[in-house]
Formats: sequence, structure tokens, C-alpha cells
Amino acid sequence: MIDFSNPLHLLAYGVMAAGLAFDLVGCIGLVRLPDVYNRLQAGTKCVTLGTCLLLLGVLLRFGFGSMGWKALLCLWFIAMTSPTAAHAIARAAHRAGYALWKGSVGDRYAEDDEGRNIQPAAAADRPKEA
Amino acid sequence: MKKILALFVFAFLFWLAVTWTFDVASIVTGAVVCAALAAALVGVGLDEAPLLLLPHRLFWALAYVPVLFLYVVRANLDVAYRVLHPALPIRPGIVRARTSLKTPAGRVLLANSITLTPGTLSVDLTGDVLYIHCIHVPEDDPDGAMERSLARFETFIRRIFE
Repeated sequence: MIDFSNPLHLLAYGVMAAGLAFDLVGCIGLVRLPDVYNRLQAGTKCVTLGTCLLLLGVLLRFGFGSMGWKALLCLWFIAMTSPTAAHAIARAAHRAGYALWKGSVGDRYAEDDEGRNIQPAAAADRPKEA
Repeated sequence: MKKILALFVFAFLFWLAVTWTFDVASIVTGAVVCAALAAALVGVGLDEAPLLLLPHRLFWALAYVPVLFLYVVRANLDVAYRVLHPALPIRPGIVRARTSLKTPAGRVLLANSITLTPGTLSVDLTGDVLYIHCIHVPEDDPDGAMERSLARFETFIRRIFE
């Protein structure tokens, strides 16, 4: 049901098509890249952008109604949870001993014994209770 | 107290966005539920949440969204190029970078921003030290290059949370 006379609809479907393209590249990257860390890069991020663009397309197509707001919220949740999950997987993989791909150029994390050999300059400040 | 208020405001806006009905019954129900939730969850909410009620901080938080989006798109095109290139031109490795941000929320937002920008993935955060997996490590001074590219995020995050 594409209304070709409505520029906003065309924009919406264009954004969705771009999202699908990024999702596809993410999947290709998942197959082609060598180790768990590089695969996380493609698998979580190209796919994050792709899915966010799909949801953005939904927002453009349906406007700020009940559906548009939900699309926007899903977009926000994906943008917040996907990097957190990728970070957790990468950290767990490193601690479980999964080596970097042999062509990798350096691993500061292993050099620093997974953060135990480094002295943090300052602990995080708690904001003052206002 | 301010934290409860902040949590209430965000929960209530969330309620309005999800239900998208504006009759009295729906709004009253939402207000009561959100107030109870805010009071119950004050212990696990972000300590920095009240800061987002301040207009200038909210402004920078909203201004950060399109900026981050541009970086994400640009970096995605870079990763797409590397993935689709027949020779797979990658030079992966883990670098170390120190952040000048002080608050926990600021550091978490920075780590998430790094991960969202393709080509870089936060592996661990110890105090002010970030370990970042890069899909293409620069030839000379990889740690310094990473710290310089963190600076553009830090300027924004500092205005939001510090």
C-alpha cells in the first residue's frame, strides 16, 4: 500500500529499505569476519542501525500516534540494550579465554591482565544528593 | 526526593507515549501507578536522573541524539565497506583509553556510545580505563588516537551529566 504521491511515505519506505540493507550487511559480516569480537561488531551494530532505521521508517509512515511512539520507544530500547549486551558478551568471551584472531595487532586487555594490572586514576564520583 | 520526582516524570511520559489516550481515567491511573513505581524503584534508578530535568542538560541530551546518529551512520558505512570488500581489510585489536568523565552514568553513556559506533566495541570499563576492541587499529599510537576520538563524545556527555 505504498502511496507514491505522498513524499513522506516514499521517505519512510526508503528509510526501511536502507535499514534492511544494513541488516543484510550485518549478517554478511557475521559470516565473513574471523573471531567472536569482530563478529560482535558486525552482528550487533550494523543490525542495531538497520533495525533502528526500520523502526524510524514505521514512525515516518504512521506519524506520532500510538504506533509511532511505540516504534520510537523500541528504537530507544534497542539503542540502549544492544551495545550493553555486546559489551557483556565481549567481556565474558575474553574472560573465558577466547583468543583474538591471529591477525590481530594487539591486546591491551590481556597485557593488563583484564584490568587487574592497571591503576585507575580516580573512582567514579557519586553526584551529590540534591 | 528529587530522584523520585525525576523517575515519576520519565515513567509518566513513558505511560503517555505507550497508551496514547488522554482521558481522565487513563491519566489518573497512570499518575498513581507511576508515583508508586517511582517510590518503589528509587533505590535502583540512576543517581543522575534528576539532572535530566534541568532544561539545559535535557537540551544537550536531545542534541546528542542526532550527533551520535551521524557518527553511527558514518561508521556503519565504514564497517559495511570492510565487510563487503573481497580482501576483508581489517586490523583488529584491543586498545586502552582513559576517559576524563567522572560520573558513572556519563561513563556508561560513553561506553555505550563507543559500542554503538561500529568499528569500536567496549570490552571492559575499570575506573576511568576503557578497553576497546577496534576492527581497524591505526598504525601509530592506537591508544592516543582512540582517546582523541573519545573527546568528541566526552564534550557532549560532560554537558549532560557533569
